[in-house]
Amino acid sequence: MTITKKLLTSAVASALLVGGAQAEISDNTVKIGYLADMSGTYRDLAGPNGLTALEMAVADFGGKVNGAKIEIVSADDRNSPDSSSSTVRRWVENEDVDLVAGLVASSVTIAVSNILEESNKLGIVSGSAASSITNEHCTPNHIHYVYDTYPLANGTASAVVKEGGKTWFILTADYAFGHALEGDVTRVVEENGGEVIQTVRHPFPTSDFSSFILQAQSSGADVVALANAGADTTNAITTAGEFGLTQSGQTLAALLLFLTDVHALGAQSAQGIQLTTGWYWDMNDETREWSDRFMEETGVRPTMVHAGIYSSTIQYLNAVKATGSDDSQTVRKQMMDTPINDMFAKNGIIREDGRMVHDMYLAEVKTPEESKNEWDLYDIVRTIPGDEAYRPLSESKCKLVTQN
Amino acid sequence: MATTTTQTDIQQSIVRQQKSEQRKKQILNLVLLALLLLAPAVLYPVFLMKILCFALFAVALNLLLGYTGLLSFGHAAFLAAGSYTTGYLLSSFPGLTTEMGIIVGTATSLLLGLGFGLVAIRRQGIYFAMITLALAQLVYFFFVQAPFTGGEDGMHGVPRGHLFGLIDLSDNNAMYYFVLAVFLGGYLLVQRIVGSPFGQVLKAIKQNEPRAVSLGYNVDRYKLLAFVLSAGLAGLAGSVKTVVFQLASLNDAHWHMSGEVILMTLLGGTGTLLGPVVGAGFVVTLEYQLSQGPLGDWVDPILGAIFVLTVMAFRSGIVGEIQNFMRKNMS
Repeated sequence: MTITKKLLTSAVASALLVGGAQAEISDNTVKIGYLADMSGTYRDLAGPNGLTALEMAVADFGGKVNGAKIEIVSADDRNSPDSSSSTVRRWVENEDVDLVAGLVASSVTIAVSNILEESNKLGIVSGSAASSITNEHCTPNHIHYVYDTYPLANGTASAVVKEGGKTWFILTADYAFGHALEGDVTRVVEENGGEVIQTVRHPFPTSDFSSFILQAQSSGADVVALANAGADTTNAITTAGEFGLTQSGQTLAALLLFLTDVHALGAQSAQGIQLTTGWYWDMNDETREWSDRFMEETGVRPTMVHAGIYSSTIQYLNAVKATGSDDSQTVRKQMMDTPINDMFAKNGIIREDGRMVHDMYLAEVKTPEESKNEWDLYDIVRTIPGDEAYRPLSESKCKLVTQN
Repeated sequence: MATTTTQTDIQQSIVRQQKSEQRKKQILNLVLLALLLLAPAVLYPVFLMKILCFALFAVALNLLLGYTGLLSFGHAAFLAAGSYTTGYLLSSFPGLTTEMGIIVGTATSLLLGLGFGLVAIRRQGIYFAMITLALAQLVYFFFVQAPFTGGEDGMHGVPRGHLFGLIDLSDNNAMYYFVLAVFLGGYLLVQRIVGSPFGQVLKAIKQNEPRAVSLGYNVDRYKLLAFVLSAGLAGLAGSVKTVVFQLASLNDAHWHMSGEVILMTLLGGTGTLLGPVVGAGFVVTLEYQLSQGPLGDWVDPILGAIFVLTVMAFRSGIVGEIQNFMRKNMS
């Protein structure tokens, strides 16, 4: 009884939502809400500088789209799904926010995407890593723009095996995210003819990695892969640096590492690490030109997340301009139909599951001798084509894909 | 003859004073109730519900900290146990009505509280606090690992469902009045407990435990019951919070949460009934306001500074200080 009632109400609700779609900009204002970690662990990789990137995009667009004003509101997500969901609910219900940008911690992103689906607004995820965001948690109301864990495992692992790293030691953070990465890496390594000789799991979070690094060294593996994130990764790298792991001939592969992390570690302890990134500031004239402007505003070089926020906002505003509407589905369709060609991505395509597929890059951290200044940190070793890097739609568990 | 008249006079005047104080309290309570009933017309309901959930959580902790003198540093475990149980039940069994999910969530926390309590009350002071912290960390790691919680991503899309199978809770206003009713229920329960002979014994234990023992009270039993009640109420707060936000996350189980609720209680005033409610309202509002503005970076330092200031200068907390002030200036 209750189930039929629920089905009925949801059917009525969706009918209403579709009926409400109109080709005009509501309130004659395009309102963008920026939600990111402004004070916690993920502050550096997105944070207040991400807001600057967003403001740069709006300013470059001229502050207006089809005569409608572009407004920005922002809030700290406190890395808490509770706080974020009450903020976003208020944004979409009371303040008529059309787009939520930023979105870092995956728990926050999933909570927010559920609200966006309910209220039929749009979200562009630039900071989150979890590939589940466009897989089992996909909605027709969000786009995952910059990167996810799938290419991190896929890109780094297959590239490193091809470079000759045949035997692998995996150090895994002992929770769902770490297990997923470990599984992906193992699969990719074995498919490419490598071998995982040992996996060790460490509690989440861990501050003292010395025993794990010693185990890694004595395993004699060619490659030591870190299937963890954030402070765990940087702690492990610092310890590996102190034990001279890379100097003794082993390759250190980090799966999730940002430019700001490497900058904090310094070239001395991070040298020789292989990692996958969606973008690097020093790739060509276009990226350098934008990064110089960004650095003038903020005093630091942008991460791939900052660049992604800028690029996705411009794409969004272009789509609003082209369709003359801020209705989420109209805009999303327009964005899917337009390949992305800018300083962030070449021929980037947004798929129906919301994944923006673009080329990824395998980078190696420079040695202190090679590094010309504090931000000159990566050598781009290899370009991983987008189709190879991201999860193919045939493997997708997304409801939007399987329905077709 | 003369002395008895003055004695009865004094007694009468004391009774009169007590009555007038009671009346004042009743009026205050009615005003507060009216404000709570009208609040969603002015403020955003989801925000108010968040305050009410944390207020209930702080009231639960206050039963232990303010009235029994036990500092639990692991109350997040009960919040999370209630929260995850309710979330799991409501998402896995669509036929289940909302209140059943909440009741089972609360019961889970009660049982967990019994387990914690049996171990923790054997020690006093800092050892008690550390044992509760250690046990709560075990629970945290359980929730990190258990497959049904979704680990770091959390549990999402919990349906709000229908209360008693009738009232649709997806409407924010309906949800608000339900949360308000649950909160008032919890608050009145604590008020009743504190005013009862059982509550008097708890206060006696807080003031002087050896004396309570020497008076013949089985102190451990009283402490255990207080602990279990407090855990159950914390679980209730967690369960309701899950229904409000439609999610359960690791933040609920993290020790930060245990710290935050202690902060709320101390800030509002331990050992006062309204204190934790005011403290919760204050902390949630402050976090919310600061996170929207340019001072976003400074939420934690500001909270920290306020905490230090409270502990150094206003030990009785907001409500405690107001009460002291009134007492001093009324007489």
